[in-house]
Amino acid sequence: MSFEADFTEQDDAGEHILRFTGRLTVARLGNVPRRLEELSSPPGKADVSAVDRVDTVGAWLLHKLNRDHGATIIGASDDAQRLIKQVSIADDPAKTRPDADGPIARMLRGIGRGTLEAGSSLLGLLAFFGGLLIATGQVIANPRRFRLHALVERFESVGVSALGIIGLMSFLIGIVIAQQGAVQLRQFGAEIFTINLIGRITLRELGVLMTAIMVAGRSGSAFAAQIGSMKLAEEVDAMRTIGIPPMEALVLPRVLATTLLMPLLGFYASFIMIVGGGLLCWVGLDIPPTTYIQRLREVVPLTDLWVGLIKAPVFGFIIGLTGCFQGMQVQGNNEQVGLKTTAAVVQAIFLVIVLDAFFAVFFSSIGWG
Amino acid sequence: MSGDPIITVTGLRNSFGEHVVHEDLDIDVRQGEILGVVGGSGSGKSVLLRSIIGLQRPDKGEIRIFGEQVDHTSAEQELDLRRRWGVLFQNGALFSTLTVAENVQVPLREFYKNIDEQLLSEIATFKIVMSGLPADTAPKYPSELSGGMRKRAALARALALDPTLLFLDEPTAGLDPIGAAAFDELILELRSTLDLTVFLITHDLDTLHAICDRVAVIADKKVIAIAPIAELLELDHPWIQEYFNGPRGRAAAIEKAA
Ligand SMILES: Nc1ncnc2c1ncn2[C@@H]1O[C@H](COP(=O)(O)OP(=O)(O)O)[C@@H](O)[C@H]1O
Ligand SMILES: [Mg+2]
Repeated sequence: MSFEADFTEQDDAGEHILRFTGRLTVARLGNVPRRLEELSSPPGKADVSAVDRVDTVGAWLLHKLNRDHGATIIGASDDAQRLIKQVSIADDPAKTRPDADGPIARMLRGIGRGTLEAGSSLLGLLAFFGGLLIATGQVIANPRRFRLHALVERFESVGVSALGIIGLMSFLIGIVIAQQGAVQLRQFGAEIFTINLIGRITLRELGVLMTAIMVAGRSGSAFAAQIGSMKLAEEVDAMRTIGIPPMEALVLPRVLATTLLMPLLGFYASFIMIVGGGLLCWVGLDIPPTTYIQRLREVVPLTDLWVGLIKAPVFGFIIGLTGCFQGMQVQGNNEQVGLKTTAAVVQAIFLVIVLDAFFAVFFSSIGWG
Repeated sequence: MSGDPIITVTGLRNSFGEHVVHEDLDIDVRQGEILGVVGGSGSGKSVLLRSIIGLQRPDKGEIRIFGEQVDHTSAEQELDLRRRWGVLFQNGALFSTLTVAENVQVPLREFYKNIDEQLLSEIATFKIVMSGLPADTAPKYPSELSGGMRKRAALARALALDPTLLFLDEPTAGLDPIGAAAFDELILELRSTLDLTVFLITHDLDTLHAICDRVAVIADKKVIAIAPIAELLELDHPWIQEYFNGPRGRAAAIEKAA
């Protein structure tokens, strides 16, 4: 026999009767709900004596017949009656989503919200910076509160474990710069200037900038995700109640780690880029390493190294700060962790590049160009 | 009211690395009963539940549900099994990016693709109200609810498919006593109307006394006893005596007798 729910309509002594058969369960409903919406005339009775089984969804349909058309349900088993009663008690229409706006309102609201968020994010970052300064002050006043262990742990994850990937990246970039530079400069017979190009651009710009991008992607995102998940699990609140300021325990070690490690990593990256460039010069342009090193010493001023090393800790600070800041902004649900992690990386790289432009103008105006 | 076993677990062994949680554990759940499962924190109640519903692969042992051996089912059979049970996880496990109503609709959408939106939202709403939440929680997100409300929302989702077998992991933990009593009522009511079989992990002695037909006690990596609560009280095991005849146990028993 078939279990599919079905019904027939009958007119009996002026009364419209629906006779149901099969199983009135969610698995067997088929098109019954739609047909019930499109009844030709309002039923006076619904006969379910031939129905095999009723579940809550079936009971709900019967309840609606009764509610909307005043149909009486006949032939229901005790269980079915109880179910109908239960769902009728639970009948309390509600929305399934919060109210949504119309398209224009939504667009306007989106623009407004975006502007507010951008503004408040910037202000929030400033306030966070202030909070970090205060926490730093307190730790300096009370050095025993300093968490050396947490800091060393970060050194490992931000610095030591990044050496491989940053080294590889830098080596390849060194080769690419040398190769591209040589191709262009060869047209003027000035291949030897490739060395100037490599030496100056890596120390001043690329070494630190590429490292910053890599650290933002590796560590800034990790900070945001770690702190964000801790916020969701109320771990940050638990720390506060125990009397551990999150600024001190979570943020300070991380920001300090990126700030201290960026100069080291940046220098390391520049060095490897120069090595990579040197290798290409040797293999591709027949410039022996000794000549390469000697020429580097002649054409690269020491100030170029300073330019890189001064920028690096600032970039590191920005990366650590935005990572931790975005992590602390997480609230509500897991999707936020992803969103804020993305925001941390985007914001960090953006700020680093903006600052880099300022530095470029600054250094050339003090004659370090 | 209780009939043939619909879950039988024999010789179950579970371990995490060196740490053995279950060793040679047997348990059965009979058709139509409410089986309470008790045991100290960390005794492996949640792990037992996870192995029965197939989320944790046991080292050894046989698990049969509705007569089918769980890890020997085809994908199709497994899907069919899954639609016949509902699970309420210990921490709710609601999808945080969906509203409560959408959470309830997830299993319905997954299994019955042709239900129209109108009916879906009606079903979600009455399930939510049946689970003891006000209808205006339907459009809210889980993060906007209290712990107890989340439990109820999770129950609504567990009941979405009108399952015949319901797994509840500490459903009344975190509910106020009135809410917990209402929850007990609800389970009893659903059991009789929907012909439910319930596997109920709980620490709530009131719940054990009020609604459980039998109680299984997990200790020393095994089920050391499984019987109606009155018979358990007769047993001479120190942990059982401590559990049911400690100060809280007596209070619950007195309340029940009164
Ligand atoms: N994913 C896991 N990895 C390692 N150990 C686990 C895991 N899940 C549970 N355990 C261990 O198994 C034991 C039983 O856990 P559980 O079943 O959650 O206890 P409870 O009876 O309180 O529900 C505990 O000792 C716990 O530490
Ligand atoms: Mg548990």
